[in-house]
Amino acid sequence: MSKPKFAMYWAASCGGCEIAVLNIHEKILDVDAAFEVVFWPVAMDAKYKDVEAMADGEITLCLFNGGMRNDENEHIAHLLRKKSKIMVAFGSCACEGCIPGLANFSPIKEIIDTAFTTITTDNPENIRPQSSFTMPEGIITIPTLNPVLKTLGQTVDVDYFMPGCPPESHQIEAVVGLVIAALNGKAELPPKGATIGAGTTTVCDDCPRKRNLKTIKEFGRIQLMKADPELCLLEQGIPCNGPATRNGCNARCPSAGAQCIGCYGPAEGVVDYGARLISAFASVIDSNKPDEIDKILDGLVDPAGQFYRFNLAGSLLRSSKYAQKG
Amino acid sequence: MTEESKPFEPVIIGFTCNWCSYRAADMAGTARMKYAPNIRLIRLMCSGRLDPTFVFKAFAGGADAVLISGCHPGDCHYVEQNYKAMRRFHLLKRVLVQMGIEPGRLKLLWASAAEGAIFAAEINKFTEEVRALGPLNWAQPGEQVSTPIMEEVTA
Amino acid sequence: MQRITIDPITRLEGHGKIEIFLNEQGNVTNTYFQIPELRGFERFCVGRPVEEMPLLTNRICGVCPEAHHMAAAKAADAVYKVEVPRTGKMLRELLYSAFYATDHTTHFYALGGPDFIMGPDAPVAERNILGVIHKVGLEIGGKVIQMRKFGHTVVEMIGGRKVHPCTSIPGGLTKGITEEQRKEIEQMGRWAIEFAQFSLQAFNDIVLGNKTYVDLILGDIYTHKTYYMGMVDEKNKVNFYDGKVRVVGPDGKEYVKYEPKDYAAHIAEHVEPWTYLKFPYLKNVGWKGFVDGPESGVYMATPLSRLNASDGMATPLAQAEYEKFYSTLGGKPVHQRLAIHWARLIELLYAAERWVELATDPEITSPNFHAIPTAVPSEGVGIVEAPRGTLTHHYWTDERGVVTKVNLIVGTTNNYAPITMSIKKAAENLIKKGNVNEGLLNMVEMAFRAYDPCFGCATHSLPGRMPLEITIHDAQGNPINNLKQFCD
Repeated sequence: MSKPKFAMYWAASCGGCEIAVLNIHEKILDVDAAFEVVFWPVAMDAKYKDVEAMADGEITLCLFNGGMRNDENEHIAHLLRKKSKIMVAFGSCACEGCIPGLANFSPIKEIIDTAFTTITTDNPENIRPQSSFTMPEGIITIPTLNPVLKTLGQTVDVDYFMPGCPPESHQIEAVVGLVIAALNGKAELPPKGATIGAGTTTVCDDCPRKRNLKTIKEFGRIQLMKADPELCLLEQGIPCNGPATRNGCNARCPSAGAQCIGCYGPAEGVVDYGARLISAFASVIDSNKPDEIDKILDGLVDPAGQFYRFNLAGSLLRSSKYAQKG
Repeated sequence: MTEESKPFEPVIIGFTCNWCSYRAADMAGTARMKYAPNIRLIRLMCSGRLDPTFVFKAFAGGADAVLISGCHPGDCHYVEQNYKAMRRFHLLKRVLVQMGIEPGRLKLLWASAAEGAIFAAEINKFTEEVRALGPLNWAQPGEQVSTPIMEEVTA
Repeated sequence: MQRITIDPITRLEGHGKIEIFLNEQGNVTNTYFQIPELRGFERFCVGRPVEEMPLLTNRICGVCPEAHHMAAAKAADAVYKVEVPRTGKMLRELLYSAFYATDHTTHFYALGGPDFIMGPDAPVAERNILGVIHKVGLEIGGKVIQMRKFGHTVVEMIGGRKVHPCTSIPGGLTKGITEEQRKEIEQMGRWAIEFAQFSLQAFNDIVLGNKTYVDLILGDIYTHKTYYMGMVDEKNKVNFYDGKVRVVGPDGKEYVKYEPKDYAAHIAEHVEPWTYLKFPYLKNVGWKGFVDGPESGVYMATPLSRLNASDGMATPLAQAEYEKFYSTLGGKPVHQRLAIHWARLIELLYAAERWVELATDPEITSPNFHAIPTAVPSEGVGIVEAPRGTLTHHYWTDERGVVTKVNLIVGTTNNYAPITMSIKKAAENLIKKGNVNEGLLNMVEMAFRAYDPCFGCATHSLPGRMPLEITIHDAQGNPINNLKQFCD
């Protein structure tokens, strides 16, 4: 009996999800034993047209990481959706846009202009890259950048969401084990649309630091203070996104002395991640006077970035008005 | 009148609290005080119930402006929760500005149950302020938000 | 005009595409290596607090986030004009050394090594990690996995996480290490030294002991005489974490040595409209096109470049290997691109030795790992050597430390022009009169892979086999020949 087929693909991502998969170490051999890898551009030789030649649904499990930054990303997302039974939005980029989603604060023209006018860029004719360019030898092409970065779920129908930047290797092991067991009839897959490989509550629940009633008189910067290693970071005025971020990572960053930046995405039941953080941060400000409140808020030098760092593309607003104007 | 020459009619979502501001709106209504029909009122038990998610949903869904209204500071039916609304409002505004939404599109208004006339006047004022700002026209999912900038070029 | 399209290239971070054009005689006229991606870090990092830069720029690359993390941390230190305490610097460099050992291991065994260990003539099915295991021994697979495990354990102990470390802040780190952790790190480091020596021995036995391979390495097809760049310490020895950037000419003599803050006086980036990536070159030599030689500003930044640009390695075992390297290959500088694989192993040994050196320093467990900045933030440059090349981060901020402008010149980018040239030279020398065969596919692949494009990690599946499909069209555009390698 032939093994079920497995594919993994990266769109606009960084490769960290691939490394996280490899960091399951010896368990990768279980993946090898259980599946036939048919498409994984980073690791093996199949091409797009091999995927095109497959029957619909022929790929049993597809782990798709990366956001939709250009038309090639979108095209492959549609192609893989068609050819796959189970499509997993793997990692923060596919689930909510992740760091490249921060581009959605700006018009795409500015993104390109900035890259082509840096202080070291030698560009006297003010050239910008063209999606189709005729050289003396022939026409050569590159993909067109989309005006706004989209998530996988905003582009195709997604079966499961696996959050994290990247998803923790122990979570990947667990999910892979579950899928293999399900394929052997020994376990049930969760309902479609579920978030897998993560907890259902927040990072705060896993965080080892002590928590008291929060009354913030001032927001600070982590480098400008000597933080207490045992006490909640937010309580000390360091902006930490733990309160609205899904758990599953064992609260690694607060355990290491750094604030949670929110890479595991929204906790269960959260519709708009940034909105929940606005609510949480505002609630603990220790003042009822508008002038004082404003002064305390001045300590948050980049609220939209703080609250939507990984989640801008996946939020209700998705992008700023500036990005929409083009 | 043609479609183009009709004045822009802002769509405003107003979140009012059950004990004060909603009753102020009620009072304006029963006293037949006219105020601009652009605002659609949603009743919350308390302005402290205002989840910033509602505001984002309103703007994403096509609203041109949002009003948050509750009891005067010190008079909250639930004692202190309107202060939470106040703090959220201040933080929300800063985030909205970074998102390219003008600060004039989000308003915080305290109104007691007896202040029907004041409530009506403030709504009218807000409506004209928003009209002057123009439509927000937030891009809807699936819309091509701007023309692609990549064009074919010959060397 | 005939055209050969190779799309997509695999084992590159992101995507890449190669176009090869032939004239009526069937000889190569030109090649284009296009990068189809742009995410916009230089724009969207503007407006963010500078202490987030080591966290945001991690996400430029998930294979070498440690490199960006360190460059960003150093740039943020410079923005605040803060001196990191000695323990803080050592902890960062210790994390970095362990990462280097892991990264170079993965590339050599899973990507580049199979070409050498098995040879370009070896059957396709054997030219991968499995073939290496059969040839060198079953335990090698286990050792590679072990090395990766150890390396990532150190990264997590100091950096907080295995992927995308989070502990560097302006002025130092958010945490130190305990004596227990230090012991474990030292033990793993000693194992890494043994592993590195084992790897060099394997290379010596299998590659250097085989005349065919040596001829291949020394052959002209993969040779380019360009400038070479690498970071060096005050004794001009290779250092990955800190120092000055040194560039030597094709003759091996020092051309320039600059402090990180002066990089913009020496580096410029050329633009072409058919790709999203720019081509760095030496500003004061000038851009003369994709050509070799001392008059062309093209430079390379790879392990080989670092060895060429330095006067030696700072640790004894690696220094002995460095000397053997140059005496075997006929002196400095070495221009043969395939020698990068060997240079990479020498760096692996240095990284492991440095790992142990730092882990056994008495101050490594000191609680003094962070200095609170006091100056008003403004502007700063941070440079480290990423495994693939010199990495430059330059930030400007306002007086609150919020980023107002960013300039990045990233590792593999330095090599964009050299890779393009290597592909062209291999293609020109191998495709004559329109004859394209399997040999070409292998050889073009080897020219490309020597540079270790940003991502090259594979394990169970068949690494070392880059898929190539070559379609040759006649003048009317009808396909007349189609060759595939590993496209099954």
